[in-house]
Amino acid sequence: MLEQIDWSQVNWARAQFALTAMFHWIFVPLTLGLSFLLAFFESLYVKTGNESWKRITKFWMSLFAVNFTVGIATGLILEFEFGTNWANYSWMVGDIFGAPLAAEGIFAFFIEATFFAVMFFGWNRVSKGFHLFSTWMVAVGSNLSALWILVANGWMQYPVGMAFNPQTARFEMENFWEVLFSPTAIGKFTHATSSGFLLGGLFVVCVSSWFLLKKRHTDMAKKSMAVASVFGLLASIFVIFTGDEAAYTSARVQPMKLAAMEGLYKGETNAGLIMLGILDPSHMPGEDDDPFLFDIKLPGALTLLANRQLDTFVPGVDDLVYGNDAQGIMSTADKISQGRAAIKALTAFKQATNQDDAQAALNTFNRHKEFLGYGYLTSPEQAVPPVGLTFYSFHIMVMLGFLFPLIFLGVLFFLFKGTLENQTWFLRFAVLSLFLGYLAQETGWIVAEVGRQPWAIQGLLPVGVAISDLTTATVQLTFFMFLTLFTVLLIAGIRIMTRQIALGPEE
Amino acid sequence: MLSFARTMYALYVDGFRSMVLGRQLWKIILIKLVILFGVIKIFFFPDFLATTYSSDHERANHVLSALTMEPTSPPHEHETDQ
Repeated sequence: MLEQIDWSQVNWARAQFALTAMFHWIFVPLTLGLSFLLAFFESLYVKTGNESWKRITKFWMSLFAVNFTVGIATGLILEFEFGTNWANYSWMVGDIFGAPLAAEGIFAFFIEATFFAVMFFGWNRVSKGFHLFSTWMVAVGSNLSALWILVANGWMQYPVGMAFNPQTARFEMENFWEVLFSPTAIGKFTHATSSGFLLGGLFVVCVSSWFLLKKRHTDMAKKSMAVASVFGLLASIFVIFTGDEAAYTSARVQPMKLAAMEGLYKGETNAGLIMLGILDPSHMPGEDDDPFLFDIKLPGALTLLANRQLDTFVPGVDDLVYGNDAQGIMSTADKISQGRAAIKALTAFKQATNQDDAQAALNTFNRHKEFLGYGYLTSPEQAVPPVGLTFYSFHIMVMLGFLFPLIFLGVLFFLFKGTLENQTWFLRFAVLSLFLGYLAQETGWIVAEVGRQPWAIQGLLPVGVAISDLTTATVQLTFFMFLTLFTVLLIAGIRIMTRQIALGPEE
Repeated sequence: MLSFARTMYALYVDGFRSMVLGRQLWKIILIKLVILFGVIKIFFFPDFLATTYSSDHERANHVLSALTMEPTSPPHEHETDQ
């Protein structure tokens, strides 16, 4: 039995998971976006018969292969970590995650693995139509993989379609479709995949801009940019809408996350949206002073974002921690009491020696189970995620999200005018924009995952209870091992990628 | 059916033979898989519950024990990391 939670071990395990997830997410979005761009380029080749589109497709396919190679299996490391560092969590969610991950294995991976070979080896060996079909299937398969894993992540943020079985200590699936179509799962899938499409567009624009600056392969670069910019522009507009939907869903099911995203401590009617702000690092929940050293707000916009209507209340951190009777918001202290009652009933159920006692304990547990996770907190303030990190990550992501459509519009505008090659300043910025794209990707996941702390499963299981009984040194060792491995892999990947770009397409 | 199998076999064999960039990428994939599954998974990442307990009943008991323990505090009360 765990007598004490080793909080330093929890934090090292969290850091290791964050490191792995963020490394994994360097490669995933580019796979999602570039796979569809390959399908578009090849479709143009098949439709027009123009060999230059074939060369374009093959060039971007080689870069897709490098990205896919370096990224492949990095997601499996997350599964290693589940079993080793997060044993309690893994046990509890096994029944829920089993179905989506099995679906991923059977459908998506099978599709990818089957058509990958045809896509790379099949030029001139299979018909044009079948090769194109294979390329499209790789794109569909890659994005299907993302669906299942994002469904699992969505369930952690909003656990639905299940029931907790106190005998097996597992959450058991009751309604697969409720899990699959939960608003967080749909929101995660649409937002993550469309942001991947956006990154794919930025990648092509970045590399093509470099070619234009070097005055090499200009025809290929401009053709690639035209397709990637239309795709990227549509994706970046869609990202804004899906991001808005994700924030609205957060307001419904994770109001504390939304409060942290906006640095909103005191809830307001017609709350303003922070356009730009610097938080006071010394501000703590419950304090009456202004949490911002400096801020520019858009009046009423946060209320519109959160509730889709004006003159309504958006709860802040303090309302959610200390409660707000006027708005019918329960305090975290009350939730802790309910959670403790659930834990006590679970203990009684475990120790019950006859059927009647077990049933009585189970009835009590069922009355309080909604707040089970809160029972493990020792103070209401522990329910608050790291506000600073969540706030700044969210605002960096949002600002970049509004910048990207302008970049794609700029490319299309200068292409239309026929002056793109002469816009040196713009092309330099377009090269750098890829790094902004990656920054937006990573900050997005920081918002999603840091913003839901302290929960491994929202409201039901805090990270401190989700871990395995390991020593801190063990987790530290593997953390640095992965840090080294990832650094080497990333350097290798970048070197191969840049060399391949320097070689350029076959002339 | 047999000719389709032959065609697919030839596709893979010729594809692998004619690889240029692919050879380097396959080396990376194979080295990575050996490190991940041959070293890291075996020596550093055992499945904690699978290796510590021999039955699902014991595993469930372990998790239930964790779920019914007294809550503990982190060393410091809540701090925002601004």
